[in-house]
Amino acid sequence: MKINKRKVNYLLFFIFTGFVGVSFALSFDPGMAIGKNFYIFAKDMALILPPAFVLIGLFEVWISREQIEKSFGKKSGFMKYIYAFALATTTVGGTFVAFPLANSLYHKGAGYEAVFTYVTAASLFMIPMSIMEASILGVKFTILRLGLSVPLIIVGANLLKIYLNKRSYRLPVVE
Amino acid sequence: MKYLYLFTILVLCVSFIKDRKRTMKGIKRGLKKFNKILPSYLVMLIIISLVLLVSQKFIVQYLGQKNIVLGTITGVIIGSVTMMPGFIAYPLAGILLKEGVPFIIIGGFVTSLMLVGVVTYPVEREYFGRRVTILRNVLGVFISLGIAIGIGFFYGEVF
Repeated sequence: MKINKRKVNYLLFFIFTGFVGVSFALSFDPGMAIGKNFYIFAKDMALILPPAFVLIGLFEVWISREQIEKSFGKKSGFMKYIYAFALATTTVGGTFVAFPLANSLYHKGAGYEAVFTYVTAASLFMIPMSIMEASILGVKFTILRLGLSVPLIIVGANLLKIYLNKRSYRLPVVE
Repeated sequence: MKYLYLFTILVLCVSFIKDRKRTMKGIKRGLKKFNKILPSYLVMLIIISLVLLVSQKFIVQYLGQKNIVLGTITGVIIGSVTMMPGFIAYPLAGILLKEGVPFIIIGGFVTSLMLVGVVTYPVEREYFGRRVTILRNVLGVFISLGIAIGIGFFYGEVF
């Protein structure tokens, strides 16, 4: 079942590549635009994901469960939010990298509230994007957006935690 | 980006000096994970590039309005279903601003664009499971609305 899904996804990708290739050959405008859109994101991913996953692998072999429990788990009080935000602002690649890292953190003993604070903050606190935002929409806008999001992120993460702990839900294990 | 590579190389060096075997194990584990998730990322990219094609036209057309309630809701919905890099999204937001679109609408759009990822579902599902992915994104819609309303309040657009 799992292997089939992989194959289907790869097949989709090859069909897509074929479509874009043909579009360029025939100068089919929408197809070429789609190809260019794909390239914008694919270029970043191709550069960011391999080193990011190597770091995640190293994280898993070096960082012990106790260390994560102490900073992101039950033994950590309010500090876990500080750590989660600090990690989020330094995560290159936003949610694309935050999803796998959040999963690893969880399986190392981080609490749901820390995991979801981290993922949500990683998508909202991207530094290069925020700088661009401030230059176009104004510093006031960016400060408001970031400032307002902090309490909402923490409350939201705790709501999720309460719900998931009640159902004793476990995040999937990804080998 | 450059710092990511410098940092990775630095970490690899330190790790190698401390324990070679463990380092190899870590690299292998990371690359195995990458290999496993790669097809999901590819499908996500395909969805993003298709959505991006239609969304840019929609945004200027539908967000260029001054009805605050409708505009904010539309902004959050469009921001949720689409995804675009900052260098496209922010100039677009700048155009909207010049056209006189209120900050509350732009705030809803920009926030949900980053926070709510309908198109990232194929990847997020693999790491969080279906239920959590859906819950987290629904929650993201409310957080986006909350941030938008807060921004509108401070710019004097609400009340």
